[in-house]
Amino acid sequence: MTIYFIQAFVYLLAAVITVPLAKKLGLGSVLGYLIAGVIIGPVTGIVGQETVTIQHFAEFGVVMMLFLVGLELHPQMLWKMRNRLIGLGGLQVLLSTILISLVTYLLGQAFTVAIAVGLIFSLSSTAIVLQTFNEKGLSKTDGGKNAFSVLLMQDIAVIPMLAFIPMLALPELVALAEQGKVAAQHHEELSLVAGLPTWAYALAILASISSVVVLGHFLSRPLFHYVAQSGLREIFVATALLIVIGIAALMSLVGLSPALGTFMAGVVLANSEFRHELESNIEPFKGLLLGLFFITVGAGIDFNVLTSHFAVVVGLTVAVMVIKGGVLWGLASLFKIRNSDRWLFALSLAQAGEFGFVLLSFSIQNSVIPDHVAQILQLVVALSMFLTPSLFILFEKVIMPRYQTTNSSQPFDVIDEKGKVIIAGGGRFGQVVNRLLVANDIKTVVMDLDASQVENLRTIKIKTFFGDATRPELLHTAGIDNASALVVAIDDRESAKSLVHYAKQSFPNIKIITRAYDRGHNYELRQAGADIIVNETYHSALEVGAQAMTSLGYHPFLVEQKKFAFIKTEVQASQHLYERWSLRSEGEQYDHDYRKLFMQIEEAIKEAMQSDRLDKHSHDERGWTPPPKGYENDFDS
Amino acid sequence: MKKNRILLLFAHPSQHRSNVNAPLFEYAKSLDYVTAVDLYAKYPTYQIDIDDEQQLLNAHDVVIFQFPFYWYSTPSILKEWQDLVLEYGYAYGQDGKALQGKLFICAISAGGKEEAYRAKGYNHFTVRELLQPLEQTAYITGMTYLPPFALFSSRSAQFDHALSSHLAQWKLLLQALYHNSIDVRATESLITINELLGGSKTQGDKA
Repeated sequence: MTIYFIQAFVYLLAAVITVPLAKKLGLGSVLGYLIAGVIIGPVTGIVGQETVTIQHFAEFGVVMMLFLVGLELHPQMLWKMRNRLIGLGGLQVLLSTILISLVTYLLGQAFTVAIAVGLIFSLSSTAIVLQTFNEKGLSKTDGGKNAFSVLLMQDIAVIPMLAFIPMLALPELVALAEQGKVAAQHHEELSLVAGLPTWAYALAILASISSVVVLGHFLSRPLFHYVAQSGLREIFVATALLIVIGIAALMSLVGLSPALGTFMAGVVLANSEFRHELESNIEPFKGLLLGLFFITVGAGIDFNVLTSHFAVVVGLTVAVMVIKGGVLWGLASLFKIRNSDRWLFALSLAQAGEFGFVLLSFSIQNSVIPDHVAQILQLVVALSMFLTPSLFILFEKVIMPRYQTTNSSQPFDVIDEKGKVIIAGGGRFGQVVNRLLVANDIKTVVMDLDASQVENLRTIKIKTFFGDATRPELLHTAGIDNASALVVAIDDRESAKSLVHYAKQSFPNIKIITRAYDRGHNYELRQAGADIIVNETYHSALEVGAQAMTSLGYHPFLVEQKKFAFIKTEVQASQHLYERWSLRSEGEQYDHDYRKLFMQIEEAIKEAMQSDRLDKHSHDERGWTPPPKGYENDFDS
Repeated sequence: MKKNRILLLFAHPSQHRSNVNAPLFEYAKSLDYVTAVDLYAKYPTYQIDIDDEQQLLNAHDVVIFQFPFYWYSTPSILKEWQDLVLEYGYAYGQDGKALQGKLFICAISAGGKEEAYRAKGYNHFTVRELLQPLEQTAYITGMTYLPPFALFSSRSAQFDHALSSHLAQWKLLLQALYHNSIDVRATESLITINELLGGSKTQGDKA
């Protein structure tokens, strides 16, 4: 046990020290993790052999990441992307594989080895690239979107590769492996499909994929409802993990990529009302595991192999990146990706990826690539990943500024999008707010804590998400970073206050519009930083008062004027009242002076109402008043 | 020479469809000697603040009503504004001298052709004649009335060059009002003030 604590401590400490430092220096977190790994691994030798085991564990971070990626992708969106996915992504994998295989073959490797190497190096690093896009805010750029579809295609391509690579096995390596088979026996992975005939194997794969889709679609909702009703947060987290791990397990059992399985599950759940809640629960695990993964990559660099084959490793890395970058550049011009976006597209995907490690170890297991070659290739993958953050820095510091100056001379696109609105609380209050906005084609994200309420809203086609809007990470996944306004329509006074406070602190540019329970709550919200506060009963109560006056025989238009005078006097007085209120002593809601002031305002309102009724001309009397009797004599002619 | 401060009261109830008045208003907003008020934005429920409007009037030397011509008159909020703000004892009557000496002008856009606004045209009257209630309002409140600044055939203005030349004239007009360089006498017989501004840019440049 002690040894695990110490190991965990070392990994965490390395991350805690280097990652913020790397971020501060503008290197990005991925490079920070890699450096942390190098320091605790080959440089100081604090960690050693166990990194391989940890790496297998940490690869799960990639699986989680693909689940999250899937959650962001609606099936409709995926369908819309099909051209880029198959055209751009497919061509990238195909051309890179062919070119790299060719070079490998010319360097004297066997034909089968060359193909395996080509496949392995055609893949890029989803983990590094997506993480960096997120950090640097490049996801929404044209280059970023296209890079994403290529990455997605690569992740999908891993599955046929896993099926294909064993067929490339080298006879002499197989023979070697036969000898050591007894030793390898316990390495055999648990599998349901081992030894099945091909048709049954295909059937098993089909069955498990469709079960993920069908169960995800039909079973997940009742399950989440059941869990949400309990109101226990940690159980919801457990459920989210259960789904991801369960699918990963199922996929591994039938010999498919767990990453693909969870990705599909993510897509299936992308339309679910629990999407944001799932995202915010999985997100921290993903982040930590991915970090761990990068540390192990850094720690796994073998300095002995590196120093003895330094020139080879560097040469191969440069060759891989030049070939991949060249292919990407060519495809970018073919697919009309322009300017800085073309650079971003070509530079960001030029490295080899984490699936490269997975496929390499898979190739060794299946006797496809000789051990000593694989060791060098492993270094090439690591080094290319290591170089990627510096390419991003190159892009940011050198390439982007150059295009920004030329871009400014071009006419700007007209931005029609007014930005979206996040509505916290989908009860009777938030619903009306949402209906008005949605009817005007304004994008909204409605969140509610009550799972049955969410269900009710969904049955009448109001898109609502389950989740506690007062939790920062949930606000984050709901997209508060690029929202224009936040409507706080929740009925819990304290939660509303803390939500307003948090949102104002973290997103000072967003407009915060809130519902207040009463006058005291109104002031509290104002203190917390709300921009616009509407008392929930004020306007409807005034309307009821006005209706009462109308039924008593007052002229409706006059009543409307009285209502306006009432509101106006109140608005004028509210500043004084607020100041008085904020001076109150601790513990009491309203002090004596406040009450006195409030009474004075009541008097002022009364006066404002009365003044109009006086049948004499004073300056108080306003609005459509006729000139006094006999005024016609004022004029001479 | 004394510089005038200009109050521009703009009334357009559907600005998302406006392609003449909106650019005029936007330009005026950019000038620091113009106080540009979008009445429909300031009072979406027509609850006009009389005190505030009167204070604005007091602080300016030129009052411009800018509006699309609706049924030969202003959009309703401008009428509401007159009914409420031009009170007895403020704008007219024994002690009502607050507006005396100010310049008053309407800046309008009309859908019909200029030829239609003639005795022989289907609108039978000139725009100046149709705006006579406002002309008389100016007289009784002691303001100096200037003939309207008008754009005709406004629905098609953005497609031909009419809009850009109108905008150029608008700039000249605001400048001339600011520098108080308009010869009021010379405008008395005009139907629109555009005739005075003409295409001749020299007029504005001199001012």
